[in-house]
Amino acid sequence: MELNTTTKLTAKDFITDQDVRWCPGCGDYSILKQVQTVMPELGLKREEIVFISGIGCSSRFPYYMETYGMHSIHGRATAVASGLKATRPDLSVWIVTGDGDALSIGGNHLIHLLRRNFDVNILLFNNEIYGLTKGQYSPTSPIGKVAKSTPMGSIDHPFNPLALCLGAGATFVARSMDRDPVHLREMLKRSNNHKGTALLEIYQNCNVFNDGAFEVFTEKASKKQEAIFVEQNKPLLFGENNSKGIKLEGLKPVIVNMDEGGISANDLWIHDEKDATKANILSRFFDDVKKENHLPRPFGVFYSEDRYCYEDVLQQQVNDAIAAKGKGNLNDLLKGKNTWEVK
Amino acid sequence: MNNNNEIKKQVVILFAGDSGDGIQLTGTQFTNTAALLGNDISTFPNFPAEIRAPQGTLAGVSGFQLHFGSVEIYTPGDVADVLVVMNAAALKANIKQLREGGIIIVNSDGFDAKNLKLAKYPNDVNPLKDGSLSKYKVYEIDVTKLTRSCLEGSGMGTKESDRSKNMFVLGYIYWMYNRKLDATIEFIKEQFKKSPTLLDANIKVLKAGYHFGDTTETPMNRYEVKAAEMPKGTYRNIMGNQATALGLVAASSKADLTLFYATYPITPASDILHELSKHKNFGVKTFQAEDEIAAITAAIGASFGGSLGVTASSGPGIALKGEAIGLALMLELPLVIVNVQRGGPSTGLPTKTEQADLLQALYGRNGEAPVAVIAASTPSDCFNTVYEACRIAVEHMTPVFFLSDGYIANGAEPWLFPSENELKKIEVHFAENKLKDGEKFLPYKRNEKLVREWAIPGRNGLEHRVGGIEKENETGNISYDPDNHEFMVKMREAKIQKIADYIPEQKFDQGNEKGKLLIIGWGSTYGSIKTAVKESIEEGLEVSHIHIKYLNPLPKNIGSIIKNFEKILIPEMNNGQLIKVLRDKFLVDAIAYNKIKGMPFTAAEIKNKIVEVLQ
Ligand code: SF4
Repeated sequence: MELNTTTKLTAKDFITDQDVRWCPGCGDYSILKQVQTVMPELGLKREEIVFISGIGCSSRFPYYMETYGMHSIHGRATAVASGLKATRPDLSVWIVTGDGDALSIGGNHLIHLLRRNFDVNILLFNNEIYGLTKGQYSPTSPIGKVAKSTPMGSIDHPFNPLALCLGAGATFVARSMDRDPVHLREMLKRSNNHKGTALLEIYQNCNVFNDGAFEVFTEKASKKQEAIFVEQNKPLLFGENNSKGIKLEGLKPVIVNMDEGGISANDLWIHDEKDATKANILSRFFDDVKKENHLPRPFGVFYSEDRYCYEDVLQQQVNDAIAAKGKGNLNDLLKGKNTWEVK
Repeated sequence: MNNNNEIKKQVVILFAGDSGDGIQLTGTQFTNTAALLGNDISTFPNFPAEIRAPQGTLAGVSGFQLHFGSVEIYTPGDVADVLVVMNAAALKANIKQLREGGIIIVNSDGFDAKNLKLAKYPNDVNPLKDGSLSKYKVYEIDVTKLTRSCLEGSGMGTKESDRSKNMFVLGYIYWMYNRKLDATIEFIKEQFKKSPTLLDANIKVLKAGYHFGDTTETPMNRYEVKAAEMPKGTYRNIMGNQATALGLVAASSKADLTLFYATYPITPASDILHELSKHKNFGVKTFQAEDEIAAITAAIGASFGGSLGVTASSGPGIALKGEAIGLALMLELPLVIVNVQRGGPSTGLPTKTEQADLLQALYGRNGEAPVAVIAASTPSDCFNTVYEACRIAVEHMTPVFFLSDGYIANGAEPWLFPSENELKKIEVHFAENKLKDGEKFLPYKRNEKLVREWAIPGRNGLEHRVGGIEKENETGNISYDPDNHEFMVKMREAKIQKIADYIPEQKFDQGNEKGKLLIIGWGSTYGSIKTAVKESIEEGLEVSHIHIKYLNPLPKNIGSIIKNFEKILIPEMNNGQLIKVLRDKFLVDAIAYNKIKGMPFTAAEIKNKIVEVLQ
C-alpha cells in the first residue's frame, strides 16, 4: 500500500483518555503499545481507522485506540467488520479478537471472513485461556489443561489456529508474540500491507490465569531452540548461532544439525510465503514442546496470496449493473413491467 | 361460441395439483391477467414445505387461491367457486374449500388407480365415479392426453410434454373467463427465450386449452368479470415480499443511503433477497451471510459505516438475532429487522402463516431492550410499512422491527403505486465536526427527539468508540454506575416512546368512533376483518374497526379510542399477543379471538364472532 501521510501523527495521538484496565503484567499492554507505535507509520488518517472487537479481555482494545471503534458482542467482530468493509471499502478495518472469541463462539464467522477475503486485519490474541470469565480452558488450551472448568484436565483436542485458517482459505497468515516488540511491529505492518484478510496470531501471556503458556518461545533461555523466525527467501535456521536447520525430505520436514559436515544452507527449506504447500506444512509445526525431537514453532509470515477481495467485486457488480441497465430509476422500478389504468 | 356469458361480480378459483405441476405459475399468470383487466384481486398460495414431496401424495399438494372481482376484494376468499385439480390428492386435500354447487375441473388422467392409491382413497373408490361429488358440477378433461397429442411431432418426449399440462388448464380457464392470452404469451416468450422448442410448445398448449373450450361441446358456461371500480390511477400487481423489497430500495434511494441487505436463506423471507439482488443498479448491496447472527451483525457494521443496514428472517432466525438486536439498540444505530412470520415455535410450520412473533419483536431480548415495531396489513402495504420502518430507524437511530407474514408475503393484490416524489422525505444527518478547540465529541448527546448523532468513520475529529457495555450518558464511555444505568435504561425507553410524536394518530378503518363493539386488528388479518365488518355494518350491526400498524410505540390516541366502546374484540392468528399488550397498557377487558391453524381467518369466521359478541 502506498504511504500518503498528510498529517504527522505520533503514537500519542492514538492513546485515548480511558484508563487501561487489563491486569498489571498482561501481554495485552505490549500489543497495545506496538499497535499505537505502528499506526502513524501506516500512512493512514486517524479517522479512516476502525477497530472492532468482540468480547474478552483483548476486546477492550478499541476503547484504548483514539480511532473509530466498536466493542461488539461475543464472536461477532468478524461479521460486523464484514458488513462495514462491504459498504466502506475506504476504511482501514482492524479486528481484535481472542482465542475464545474467534475460534469458539465466533469460529463460523472467522472461517467465512477468511474465504471471502475482505481487506481487513485480524489480530488474534491467543492466550490459550478464558481470561475475562476467570480461567476456563479455551479451544487452544492443550489437552490435559487443568483450569477452573477442567479440574481433571481438558479432554478437548486443541485447534491449531493457523492450520485452521489456511484450511478456510486465508490469503495471509502470520504469527508473532507479545514479548518481541520488534517482530510484532514488523508483522503488524506486513498485515496492514496485505490486500485481503490478514490473520495475525499473537501469542499473548495471561499472567493471571495461564502464566508462562508460551514462555519457551518467548524467553531468552529457550527462545532460540524453540522458536524459528521465518523470512522470505531465507533458509529455515534456528538454534543457538543458527546451529540447526529444517530440510524437506519430500513433504516431511526434518531437523538437521548445521555443525555436522555435508550440509549447507542451500540444502535447507527456503521459506517461500507464496507456496501454499509449504505454508500448510509450516502450520503443522505444532508439536508439544515436551515431545522428543519436536519441530520448533514458526513465527513470521507463513503465507501470503493475492486474491480478489469481496468488497471490490461486490462494488464491481454494482458498477456493472449500472453500466448495463443505467443508474436505477425509482419511478420505473415502482411501475414495474405491467400496469393498467383505472379511469 | 355456443355458450352463454354469465356476468359475475366476483369469483374465487382454487388451482391445486402436485407441487411439480406448475400450480403456482398457473395461479400467478391468471392473477396478472386478471389484474391487467382491471379486476380487484387477492391471492393466497399454499404450498407444501417439501420442495419435491412424493408425487401424487397429499403431502405434495400445492394450491393457489385467487379471488378476483369487479367489486372491492380484501381477501383471497373464504370458499372457492371453482376448484381445478390436477390429481386425486389435490381433490381430496381441497374439496372442503369448495362451496356447494361449485365447479370442479378435473384432469381425469390424475385419477388412475395409482393416483387414487397415492391419495389414500380406499380400494375401488374413485370419487369421480361414486357419486360423492354430486353436490358439485364436475367437468372432466383428459389434460395429459390432450397436451400430448397437441405436442405430437414437436420432438418432445412425453415427460417433457407433460410439463406443459398446466398451460392447457390455464388456457381453458382463460376461455371460461373470457380472458386474453397476451400477457401469458409475453411471459412465456420471456421465460423460454433461450429454448425455442419449449417456447413454441407452451404457447401451443396454452392456445389449445383455450380453443378446447371454444370447439368442444362443453356444458360449461362462460363468465365475465368486469373491471372493478377502484380509485383512479395506474395500477400494477404486487406480492408482499416484492413490495417489501421495493420499499427498501425506495427508502434507501430517498434517504440517499446505500442499502445493505444481509440475510440468511429462510422460508418465507428469501424472496426479498432474490428481488433485491436484481436491483444492484440502485447501489443495493446484498449479502448472503453464513448464518442469521452474521447477517444481523454485518448489517450493524454497515449501519455503523453510514449505510442503511437491513436484515431479514422468519421467527426461528429472529430468535438467533436477539443478542445482536440488543447490541444495535445499545449502539443506537439505525437497523431494520424484517420478520416474515410463519407458524412456530421452533421450526414450526415453515410454509404456513401465523402472527405469533409480536411478543418476540416487542420483548424477545435480554435486559430492558425496547425497539420500534411496525406491521404490514396487506401485500402492497408492505411497501409503505417497510418504508416507514426505514424512516423511523434512520431518523430515530434505532432498530425497527418490520413484521410481515407468510400470508401477505406470498399473496398479491393490485397496487396503486406511488411516484417517487409522493414518498415521504427521510431526513439523514451525519454528524459534522463543529467542535471548538479542546472540546470532545460526545457520541451520546441527544437532540430534542432524544436521538444521538450518526457519526460515521471518515469524519475527522469525531473518532469515538461504541459498544454493548452500558455507557455513560453523553460521553458513551463504559460505566457501571448504578444511577447512570437506571438513567440510561429509562432514556432508551423514553427515546422509543418519543417516536409517537412523529407518527400519525390511529384512524378508524370503518365504523363510528363510539359504539358497542370495536375490533382491533394488526397485520395480515386486515382483509378478513375488513370484509366481515363491512358486511356487518351493511346488516346494521354496530361495529367499528381499527387496524394498528404502529405497535411500538402505539399511536397516542389508542387509549382514548378504546374507552369509547363497550366491547373490544381482538382477532389474532396466535394464542393472544396484542391482547396482552393492550390489557397491560390500558387495563382493558378485551375479548380474544384466536386461530392458530397456519391458515388465515376467513371473513365468515370473523363475522360469526361479531354476531356472537354482539348478542
Ligand atoms: S485475565 Fe489475563 S488476559 Fe485478561 S487482562 Fe488479566 S492477564 Fe490479561
